[in-house]
Amino acid sequence: MSTDHADHSHLSDMDVRVRALQSVLEEKGFVDPAALDELVTLYEHEVGPQNGARVVARAWTDSDYAARLFASAGPAIAELGYSGRQGEHMVALQNTPETHNMVVCTLCSCYPWAVLGLPPTWYKAPAYRAKAVADPRGVLADFGVSLPEATKIRVWDSTAEMRYLVVPMRPEGTDGWSEEALAAIVTRDSMIGTGLPHADEAAAR
Amino acid sequence: MNGPADLGGKHGFGPVTPEVDEPVFHADWERTAFALTLAMGAGGYWSLDRSRYMRETLPHTTYYSSTYYEIWFKALERLLDDAGISSGETAPKRVLAADEVRPTMGRGGPVSRPGPAPRFAVGDRVKVKPMRPATHTRAPAYLRGHTGTIVMIHGCHVFPDTNAHGKGENPAPLYNVAFPAADLWGPDTTAADIHADLFEPYLDPA
Repeated sequence: MSTDHADHSHLSDMDVRVRALQSVLEEKGFVDPAALDELVTLYEHEVGPQNGARVVARAWTDSDYAARLFASAGPAIAELGYSGRQGEHMVALQNTPETHNMVVCTLCSCYPWAVLGLPPTWYKAPAYRAKAVADPRGVLADFGVSLPEATKIRVWDSTAEMRYLVVPMRPEGTDGWSEEALAAIVTRDSMIGTGLPHADEAAAR
Repeated sequence: MNGPADLGGKHGFGPVTPEVDEPVFHADWERTAFALTLAMGAGGYWSLDRSRYMRETLPHTTYYSSTYYEIWFKALERLLDDAGISSGETAPKRVLAADEVRPTMGRGGPVSRPGPAPRFAVGDRVKVKPMRPATHTRAPAYLRGHTGTIVMIHGCHVFPDTNAHGKGENPAPLYNVAFPAADLWGPDTTAADIHADLFEPYLDPA
């Protein structure tokens, strides 16, 4: 009960502080309120992991596209219409039975917005940023995921403006699926490297 | 700098706790804090590197007891002070209009620039310089002093260490460097290798 109350007060404090600053910046003419709404609409409802899922599904079904994606990710991703902020300099990483890739930003919260949208809270929180570079199997266990002992885990720390998209392995049991059905099973976490896609009967129907 | 944001390899934060069906924003103020940060960022009063510096120089106790949008907002308040906006010295420059949001975000802010030819080639062994700058850097503490192998050359990018402090973009070659994880953490690590993007000024030949 007391915890709930504390959380509630905490959020209210931030609410007051943020609104006060918003009012000042609007009154002084630094920001256009309509632009703020547009930014929220764009990143809350439009730019998201469904973009990256389409890239992965295309790479799974079109080997020429996959070759272009792994050779030069930015132009290949732009072919599907995705580009821009926090996706200016892209690299695609191919998971194989031998090597699993995981992406982190130990220094802040660098994340490929253009293909995955805004990062989830856990990606920006200290636990993941601290643990991923030293104990990625422990991170996978936190997600309920385990990989064969023989699979090497390669961790990519996004320390500059290069942004990394993991292309997971296409799961078994998806032969003949359409690109759209495949895209539906590509999860956000599988494109960060903290999850794996699974053939899901519901998606296939 | 060796601030609270440089977290690679640290203990004490517990397990990673993903939230099922997490919403993009958890409160209305997060939407506003996010949009204000982006809109003011588009105004050209400071660089992305400066905004990162203002987040990582929050006091440790503040950084670790704040959610990520709280960190963004507290840094935004500092950036407004830093840029002379809070005091009224600085007037509005470029105001991001609603119809400019999509084209502006769609263009993003590429940081690739013409610059010097790279000193290192793919396959070269390099050692990250020992350093402890009080200023902004993107050389994480856990890699300093360690030896790795160049695996990619990304061309020249804006050098954050000077750009964050108004000392110019000074484009420098940027490399992807691979480090055997056991060299960093000992034999108990569950990683095989760590790849990081490091600027040429951070590196010596090994």
